[in-house]
Amino acid sequence: MFAKGTKRKFSDPGEEPALGAELGPVVRPLSSTYSLQRQSLLDMSLIKLQLCHMLVEPNLCRSVLIANTVRQIQEEMTQDGTWQIMTQALAAAQCPADRLVATEVLCRPSEALAAAQKEEEEEEVVVAAAMEEDVDSEANPLSSSSFLPAPFGAEPGWEDEEDDSEDEDSEECPSDAEDVPDSRRGDQVFGTFEIKHPAPPPDPALEELFSDVDPSYYDLDTVLTGMQSTPKMGPYDLLDSLSPHAAPALSTGTSCRSDLNELDHIMEIIS
Amino acid sequence: MDQDMCSLFCFSADIISTVEFNYSGELLATGDKGGRVVIFQHEQESKNRPHLRGEYNVYSTFQSHEPEFDYLKSLEIEEKINKIRWLPQQNAAHFLLSTNDKTIKLWKISERDKRAEGYNLKDEDGRLLDPFRITSLRVPVLLPMDLMVEASPRRIFANAHTYHINSISVNSDHETYLSADDLRINLWHLEITDRSFNIVDIKPANMEELTEVITAAECHPHQCNVFVYSSSKGTIRLCDMRAAALCDRHSKFFEEPEDPSSRSFFSEIISSISDVKFSHSGRYMMTRDYLSVKVWDLNMENRPVETYQVHEYLRSKLCSLYENDCIFDKFECCWNGSDSAIMTGSYNNFFRMFDRNTRRDITLEASRESSKPRATLKPRKVSTGGKRKKDEISVDSLDFNKKILHTAWHPKDNVIAVAATNNLYIFQDKIN
Repeated sequence: MFAKGTKRKFSDPGEEPALGAELGPVVRPLSSTYSLQRQSLLDMSLIKLQLCHMLVEPNLCRSVLIANTVRQIQEEMTQDGTWQIMTQALAAAQCPADRLVATEVLCRPSEALAAAQKEEEEEEVVVAAAMEEDVDSEANPLSSSSFLPAPFGAEPGWEDEEDDSEDEDSEECPSDAEDVPDSRRGDQVFGTFEIKHPAPPPDPALEELFSDVDPSYYDLDTVLTGMQSTPKMGPYDLLDSLSPHAAPALSTGTSCRSDLNELDHIMEIIS
Repeated sequence: MDQDMCSLFCFSADIISTVEFNYSGELLATGDKGGRVVIFQHEQESKNRPHLRGEYNVYSTFQSHEPEFDYLKSLEIEEKINKIRWLPQQNAAHFLLSTNDKTIKLWKISERDKRAEGYNLKDEDGRLLDPFRITSLRVPVLLPMDLMVEASPRRIFANAHTYHINSISVNSDHETYLSADDLRINLWHLEITDRSFNIVDIKPANMEELTEVITAAECHPHQCNVFVYSSSKGTIRLCDMRAAALCDRHSKFFEEPEDPSSRSFFSEIISSISDVKFSHSGRYMMTRDYLSVKVWDLNMENRPVETYQVHEYLRSKLCSLYENDCIFDKFECCWNGSDSAIMTGSYNNFFRMFDRNTRRDITLEASRESSKPRATLKPRKVSTGGKRKKDEISVDSLDFNKKILHTAWHPKDNVIAVAATNNLYIFQDKIN
């Protein structure tokens, strides 16, 4: 069935890829064409969600439909195991401070983990940083369950990962992967971070990407009108989750800074 | 469908965003992207050419909505007219509701063909005289004048919708109407502008959980307590306003089971309903999704009674149509007066009509070339197989920028109005 020289299936339980073994593109019963098409559809959908026209409120129906499509793709990719490959590869290329956090996450025990599969708890620092893009500071390996696209409200930024996945060639992702980090650990992590409703510092990579957008504006919107009453589509929601909420709150000093930004903005409007 | 359709009229404007005949069919209103409303009136048949119905001429033009700016959100509110709905005529004047994304307005269109003459209140230079200088009482007389049609806004229903209004529908009681946005439906009284009742609210407590929006809503044509609304997931809910003040719980739920063999990543998007219309009889309703039109019997919720494929040849092109956003186009549909035929638009300025009785369908094109006055429209065909016959057009040659989203059918006669981007076409069938 498989061509000669085909690499092992990535998520084959009981089989653990040897350290340093190069894993080619995940070979699944799916054809690579299908995977490519699916990835391209995912990328396209994310671009559509992000490219919001600033002047006029974007169409909520269209955004909901695109977000649902992304969710579907993500669910299928999670079942295939390709999702973990991609996110792990993304998590691999991070700035040092966040890598430490990632390590900490990996070391956190999880009963689901223990039950599911045997894993090597390896620091992701070791994983070759083949990804040279300026990936944002999102630290955590993302869990499948917390991946629900949330273009309509603040959400710890799984979408950062999506954003980054557009930059890289997705086919290269598996080559750096070693273990599958337990996805449910990420769940724990996100559970924690969601409660905090973080307001972390704006991420430099995203700042560059959305440089014409003033992130503090969206904070203002949240402050003044509340999440409930405004149709937070498009610039608000996606960028809300991307920009000010890009990474979980690792420090409390960040909230002061965003307050100051809001204050500045209010002063601007009043004067 | 057996009768030929011929072109009657063509009018150019800004991009037309809605088309609606009034209850008698005498008037046809169009709304455009620039916030203007243009009303056409059916002229009486001329004695010279009794074999043709009369033409439609411009009756009134007015600016209904202006662009606004929401300062709180720093966003523009488009002046584009999303929907126009006529009120049943009760006196000499005509009333219609027009709406943009946020504000609904009730307009009165009245004729003035007489003017009062003979006032002695002004001097020769036109200045008003002091009252004590006027020593005699003169009763003015009414003299005919050229017909003037005036449109005046009588009610403005504002600030009730956080999201974009997609539908308005006048109730059969002629006193109330509903307006629907992406997440809520409100019920208004035509006389009261400062408040409305919220009757449907599907906004989740946490907006992150939002997966479904309202796409269209309509009041039942006879039962003033019944209305339906459609969703982006291809479902229709029928609600009875007598059951509860808030109709979040539906009385009936219409959904066709999905065909698992045709499931794809685009299944949900193409199942999203872009329009829902009750039949004139009130017994059926019709829904339009991306590739088909379905007729539902209100008494049967589990599947439609009729399904018509509008442009099935696009099914293999869904990825491209997703890429260029055409997959999100919202096509409308309409019934003819007797509910025996339905019509909807497609791409390349094609529109389709289906005869429910004979099950025959026809594809016609609304274009200047094929619409010489009084010329018969030639049926068009899209070739789906490999071999393209003469006069057929291949799928790849279709112009996806030329889309017919808005069509209307005269309530009594076989006269149709088709909006092709910024051109309005009126076709009628030839009477032999």
